[in-house]
Amino acid sequence: MQWEVVIGLEIHAQLATKSKIFSGASTAYGAAPNTQACAVDLGLPGVLPVLNKEAVRMAVKFGLANDCEITRRSVFARKNYFYPDLPKGYQISQFELPIVAKGHLEIELEDGSSKTVGITRAHLEEDAGKSLHEDFHGMTGIDLNRAGTPLLEIVSEPDMRSAKEAVAYMKKIHSLVQYLEICDGNMQEGSFRCDANVSVRLKGDEEFGTRTELKNINSFRFVERAINFEVERQIDVIEGGGAVVQETRLYDPDKGETRAMRSKEEAFDYRYFPDPDLLPVEIDDDYIESVRITLPELPNAKQQRFVTEYGIKPEDAATLTSSRVLADYYEATVKASEDAKLAANWVIGELLGALNKDGRELSDSPILPEMLGGIIIRIKDNTISGKIAKQVFTAMWEGEGDADSIIEAKGLKQVTDSGAIEKIIDEVLANNPKQIADYKAGKEKMLGFFVGQVMKASQGKANPGQVNQLLKQKLQE
Amino acid sequence: MSLERSDVDKIAQLARLEIAENDVPEVARNLSNILDLVAQMDSVNTDDVEPMAHPLEMAQRLRDDVVTEKDRRDQFQTVAPQVENGLYLVPKVIE
Repeated sequence: MQWEVVIGLEIHAQLATKSKIFSGASTAYGAAPNTQACAVDLGLPGVLPVLNKEAVRMAVKFGLANDCEITRRSVFARKNYFYPDLPKGYQISQFELPIVAKGHLEIELEDGSSKTVGITRAHLEEDAGKSLHEDFHGMTGIDLNRAGTPLLEIVSEPDMRSAKEAVAYMKKIHSLVQYLEICDGNMQEGSFRCDANVSVRLKGDEEFGTRTELKNINSFRFVERAINFEVERQIDVIEGGGAVVQETRLYDPDKGETRAMRSKEEAFDYRYFPDPDLLPVEIDDDYIESVRITLPELPNAKQQRFVTEYGIKPEDAATLTSSRVLADYYEATVKASEDAKLAANWVIGELLGALNKDGRELSDSPILPEMLGGIIIRIKDNTISGKIAKQVFTAMWEGEGDADSIIEAKGLKQVTDSGAIEKIIDEVLANNPKQIADYKAGKEKMLGFFVGQVMKASQGKANPGQVNQLLKQKLQE
Repeated sequence: MSLERSDVDKIAQLARLEIAENDVPEVARNLSNILDLVAQMDSVNTDDVEPMAHPLEMAQRLRDDVVTEKDRRDQFQTVAPQVENGLYLVPKVIE
């Protein structure tokens, strides 16, 4: 039997505001427990939520970047359930009239093709607090600093057909919200997390199968694994003669499996109703236009510009535009080095490689674009070879200074003085009479051996082009 | 519309209310009356009426994104039944 996988994602992006969505408490991460939970966040009697202007602007910005309809009159609703990390007994969210309605987004797949994924809606809501279940003599500790932090919940259409597509979509949204500067995208701190709705059906079927919802997945790797596990599980259930039960499931990253959390029968009955504490949010055309002009260049447009303006390969442009910080870094390196292609090679090859190896983020790279540009300039003016440049890069990574001071301190300046190179060549030739004989007997590939020996004797500093040329001359003598 | 005992139990459970066994029939009757009233209102033709989310004919005012609240944890926690290391302690909940 041929199965088709159907996936829709709900992504929660924490909006990068300074204060909470309905109160003037700080949203800064990592504060001591409950020091950023004010009377509104605690749901004390007599308080009134007042909506944060910036949260509205960020939601509209997201909508405009994805060709979404912006709702002119959106409404906040209470989603009722009892859980101690939600002291009011309800979460303020949006239900029938979300601020952002239908839109779409293009994703790129591994085979180079692209696909359009529908966005159903994106609504504003408040985050809940944190429950700590350990070490409180059988009780649960509650930290409400996160309660009231603004979230944008982005709901996709069930348009994805594999875990890989779901990951591509999630990565695209992740990159986009950072481009738009509406979310810091920090997945470790929970600023960006995702629920996946997964079902399977026989290929060609019109109707969707019964879906399960996988909750709170906070890494790209886990999304892929959780979905793949769930798909296999559902197919096994159906092929074994059973039926998939509509339920919420949790992914356990340690065991690599999903397990039932609550069934449809146990599902919360949220009894949504319009929140009487909040009036409808009105948005007019002027406002929308004022937000539209603040939209930055988006990833796809930037990628195309990199190809045409800098003449780099489309796949390199895709890598370099995968995040806004990386794209900015690249452009600063181009400016510093005045060589777009070398800059692309060095950023993608050495820099990303080194970051990856050290498990560092670009934002704490010890090498700034101007410094990397400094290495490239010295390659271009023949002060150092590409190979030596890698040594300079490594020293720079270790904090030994800028390109020129490293080249100076380590004596890495390329030898271009033909007299000096000839001297080394003569020594090498004198030490290898047998190889000379082989070369003269027609073994032309011995040239490579000599080049290698000369480079080694010069500690990599001889100019390779000159070495080649001079060696050929000498060997013909 | 008349609510069954099981409906009342479910609503009470969702609202975390305890209703004494012999009060259930009366609560069911009262709630049913409310639903009858809703049904009566529902029968009015509202085709040309805009849905109303709020009785006030105003739009939501927005506040600037500025941190205005100071840490008043100690004060707030004086009314909490139990606190430890700055956390509010509640009976154990685990999903």
